[in-house]
Amino acid sequence: MKKNMGYKELMHGDALPAGTAAEFQTGDWRSERPVFHKDKCINCYFCWIYCPDSAIILDEEKKVVGIDYRYCKGCGICNTECPTKPDKRAITMEPERK
Amino acid sequence: MPILAKTGNEAMAEAMRQINPDVVAAYPITPATEVVMIFSGFVADGLVDTEFVAVESEHSAMSACVGAAAAGCRVMTGTSSQGLQLMSEILPIASALRQPIVLCEVNRALSGPINIHCDHSDTMAVRDFGWIQIFSENAQEAYDNILQLIKITENESVRLPGMATTDGFIISHCMEKIEALDDNEVKEYLGEHKKMNSVLDLDKPVTLGALDLQDYYFEHKMPIIEAMKNSKDVILKVAKDFAKRYGREYGLIEEYKLADAEIALVALGSTCGTARVVIDELREKGVKAGLLKIRVFRPFPAEEIVKALSKVKAAAIMDRSDMYSNQGGPLFSELRSAMYEAKDKPLLTNYVYGLGGREISLEDIQKIFAEQKEAAASGKVKQLIQHFGVRE
Ligand code: SF4
Ligand code: SF4
Repeated sequence: MKKNMGYKELMHGDALPAGTAAEFQTGDWRSERPVFHKDKCINCYFCWIYCPDSAIILDEEKKVVGIDYRYCKGCGICNTECPTKPDKRAITMEPERK
Repeated sequence: MPILAKTGNEAMAEAMRQINPDVVAAYPITPATEVVMIFSGFVADGLVDTEFVAVESEHSAMSACVGAAAAGCRVMTGTSSQGLQLMSEILPIASALRQPIVLCEVNRALSGPINIHCDHSDTMAVRDFGWIQIFSENAQEAYDNILQLIKITENESVRLPGMATTDGFIISHCMEKIEALDDNEVKEYLGEHKKMNSVLDLDKPVTLGALDLQDYYFEHKMPIIEAMKNSKDVILKVAKDFAKRYGREYGLIEEYKLADAEIALVALGSTCGTARVVIDELREKGVKAGLLKIRVFRPFPAEEIVKALSKVKAAAIMDRSDMYSNQGGPLFSELRSAMYEAKDKPLLTNYVYGLGGREISLEDIQKIFAEQKEAAASGKVKQLIQHFGVRE
C-alpha cells in the first residue's frame, strides 16, 4: 500500500484492502520467543489455531514446521495451548536477551 | 395515495414496512417502543422480508445495525432517550464506516430525573457524531422524512447514517391524518440498495474498522466532514424530487410568513405547529410575525438561517434542551455563532423551554412574541437566555 496518502486517495468508508497486516511486521515487539521442537510435536494444530498473528508455519503437507519470527510477537499463547506439556513440550519459551 | 389515520409511531412503522429493510435490530424504549413493536408485527405476519434482530440492549442494536450494514444490507432501527445514549458508543462508528443506517428517533428527555416525555436533550446529545438529523413537525413529516432519509443516506456522496425525529407523545402518540404512498410507489422511489465495500464481497475483500493511529486517523475523519458538507445539497435535491413526485415540499429550513416579518420564532419539531396558530392570530391583528422552522439540524443550515433572518428585527430562538454551557441551548449556540459575520441580523433571545415535556401553549408563544415586539421596538433584549415556563 502507498505510504502517507491524502484523505482524497483513501478507500471509501474507513475501509482497507484486505490483508494489509502482512505489511506490518510485529516480530520486533518480542521479549520472549517460542522455540519449536519438531520431535515432540503431535501436529494437533492448537498453536496454529490460537496464534493471534498467524505466525505458525505449515509446510506443504500441512505439518507444523516452525515459527515465523517476522510476525511472532512472543505472546506465548502457542506455548500455553500446546498439549504436549509438561514433559515433552513441543514449544518452549526462551528470553530474547539472555 | 392512501389517506390514513396514524400516530407518529405508526407512521414511522408504516414507512418501515414499505421500505422493507433487510435488517432491523432494535430494543424497545418508551415512547419509541411502538415503532419497532408494530414493525415486529409486520415481520411476524410475513408482510416484510426483514431479518428482525431482537437484541438485549440498544448498544447491541446499533452494533448489529453496523454489522448488517457493513455486510451490505439496508438497515433501520428506532429508539429514544437513554436508548440513544446507550447506542452512543457505536453511533460515531456507524458514521466513520459510512454506513447509511436510518434511525427512527422519538425525542424524549434524558434521565435524570427519570422522565418519559418530550424534550430534545437526547437527540442533541448525539449531534456531533456524524449523523444527519431531521426533525419532524407532525406524523406526516415523520413518514416523509424517513422515506427521504433512505435516499439521502444512501447517496454515494453522503453515505452517512441519519435519524429522523418526532417529539415524544406529542407526535409519537397523537393520531393525525397522513397521506401515504402506495407500497409499489415506495419501492420504485427508493430503488435497490447499493452495496459499497461490503465485508461479504469475496471478490473484493476489505478490512473495516482497523486500528488507525496518528498516521491516518485524521485523514479518515476528513471524508466524514466532507460527506456532511455534501449532504446539504443532497437533502435539497431529494426534497425537490420528492415534491415533484408527491407534492409535499421540504428544505433544510422552512419559512412561514417570514418574508416580511419583523419578529420571528425559530424552533424545531412540534412547537412549530403551535407557533403557526399564534402567528396567524397575530397577522390578523396586523403584527408582522413569522416562523423559521429548522427541519435539518445536522448538517446545520447556517447560511440559510442567516439569510432567512436577515430582515427580522427580533427573533426568539426556541431550545427544547439546555447544554449546561451557560450559553443557552444548542440551537441558540449554533445559530448565534452563525450570525457573527452577518451584517443584517436580528436581536436574539434564547428561550429554553419545555424540558421533560412541560407544555408550551398558545399563550406561552403569544407571550414570547410580545417580548419580541418589545425588543424590536426598544432595540434591546431584556434577557439573553431565558428558562421559560419554569417555577422559581
Ligand atoms: S508466541 Fe504468540 S505470536 Fe508467537 S507464535 Fe506463539 S502464539 Fe503466535
Ligand atoms: S500445539 Fe504443540 S503439538 Fe500441537 S501442533 Fe502446535 S507445537 Fe505441535
